[in-house]
Amino acid sequence: MSSTEQAARPLSQTAQRGPLARFARTYSLQIGIVFVAIVIWLLFLAGSPQTFLSRNIYAAFMSSTPYFALMAIPLTLVVITGEIDLSFPSVMAFGMTAFDIVFTATGSVMLGFIACLLAGMLAGYLNGVLVVKIGMPSLVATIGTQFFWRGAVMVITNGQGLGMGAVQKSILYPGLVHRIGGFVPMQFIWTIIFAVVVWFFLNRHKFGAHVFLTGDNVESAKLMGVNVGRTKTLTFVIVGFAAAFAGFVVSEDLLFFWPTMGDGYMLNTLASVFLGGTSVFGGMGTVFGTFVACFIIGAINAGIVAAGMTGFWTNLIYGFIIVVSVSIQTILGKRLR
Amino acid sequence: MADVIQLRNVSKTFGEVRALHDVNFEVHSNEIVGLLGDNGAGKSTLTKIITGYHQPDPGGELHWKGERIDHLSVQKARDLGIEVVYQERALADKQSLWRNIFLGREMSNKWGVLDIAGMKSETRKLMQTVMGFTSSAITADSMVRTFSGGERQGVAITRALYFEAELVLLDEPTMGLSLTETKKCLDFVNEIKNTGKSAIFIDHNIFHVYPVADRIVVLDRGTIAGQFMKNELTLQELIDRLYLVAQTGSLAEKGEVR
Repeated sequence: MSSTEQAARPLSQTAQRGPLARFARTYSLQIGIVFVAIVIWLLFLAGSPQTFLSRNIYAAFMSSTPYFALMAIPLTLVVITGEIDLSFPSVMAFGMTAFDIVFTATGSVMLGFIACLLAGMLAGYLNGVLVVKIGMPSLVATIGTQFFWRGAVMVITNGQGLGMGAVQKSILYPGLVHRIGGFVPMQFIWTIIFAVVVWFFLNRHKFGAHVFLTGDNVESAKLMGVNVGRTKTLTFVIVGFAAAFAGFVVSEDLLFFWPTMGDGYMLNTLASVFLGGTSVFGGMGTVFGTFVACFIIGAINAGIVAAGMTGFWTNLIYGFIIVVSVSIQTILGKRLR
Repeated sequence: MADVIQLRNVSKTFGEVRALHDVNFEVHSNEIVGLLGDNGAGKSTLTKIITGYHQPDPGGELHWKGERIDHLSVQKARDLGIEVVYQERALADKQSLWRNIFLGREMSNKWGVLDIAGMKSETRKLMQTVMGFTSSAITADSMVRTFSGGERQGVAITRALYFEAELVLLDEPTMGLSLTETKKCLDFVNEIKNTGKSAIFIDHNIFHVYPVADRIVVLDRGTIAGQFMKNELTLQELIDRLYLVAQTGSLAEKGEVR
């Protein structure tokens, strides 16, 4: 007990420093990630001013970052409940396979799109059942479903892709991937919408309160009457939905669906969630942090090439930034709280 | 005196282990029952059945104010007015004080949108009145893991008090508390009595239970070894009998019929 009292003492000192210190304490995670983003941006600006002063590079960020940001934002919920989902890259392709089947059978893009989203939710629900009802650790369960859905996609499509040209005539094309003013892509707008909606439910709704509680102290959550199983299942369903949605956006933007789609997204997406300050132990995390972190991760790739370094540097710098900034967050978190 | 809660022939089996065996137990209205028992006696299991966390084995019955309750869930128990003060573990460490006060029954509108301003202002009110938190270091937004043991217990107790429980279960509430914190906790139990409510005070420290309880029930290896009104027995007699229970599994002295 004496150790907690000692820990509380520096807290009383910061509290007396006034509202600014209190703000810094409450939003330390968010402030940290913005700081990292600004530092990286300044480094790129210094390294390659002509690239980073032109607007083309920003158009590129806004178009490709949403591919995984759309999934990283809802994935934050799963991680806050103390679970993990590794199946989403395959679920992207699985949703599109459902689209493929329904679109080929009916010729309707809209019906195919609905089938795609439903397939994603079904896959998410299955993850929820494995974790909640069967009691499998989510790490193992979702590795399993990751292989399973990828395999299902390959078997069903026989490895064949699908041209998405027909989609251009549908309202979904301007609705999801149109460039507003030839500059801001719709998927960027959707990423912001996802972020706002997920933020709202996480911070201003009972569902989010239960998400935090489940991840913080699952025993206490149960004792206090929170339906832990339903909360976890719902977070998996949301990620499944988002993965299918992202899969559709990617296929539509590239006008082709490859059955291997999603393969390169796993680590960027997970890195964004953790870089954004969400605790791997659950109970803590912010949508804002994940959102900013997605753009940091998205920027590194383009930035390194634009700065005149070879692509070989990308992983090295990814790793460096993740390790250093999460270390800083951990240290700051200990000190400020 | 009417019963607030009554358990009839309640057993609870976990796999091979029979944690409770045909327990008959009741709490009268405005009564403080001290539930004593060694580790593994079944105190926690009994608590969790009363709070709806565990279901009794088939055949066991639960009655709330004379009415039989078929399937008691945690939510239903709360709605009836059963509140638990669990030692420490029922707090969410990384969450703010106000979230902890309203854990599992957040103030919200019918769409589930939280009334954060309302919850924070209620929390501030409770901090000044019930909890007696005067330090400027603690605000409604403070994270609970920075609190001392006594402060944490204060949060748990305040939670029970705020939601106006009919029956408060205190599960080892004095564990790990300092002397003054313990006194505050025992004052709270007396306050439950004064306001006409009932409580079950579970502990293995008889020195804490004896002063505040009206009746003492001793649980041993899943069965009720015996019970008596406090005024029948001095503290020393109680201690002697508890030793007897530990050895023989029965409260009654040899030749005594209870």
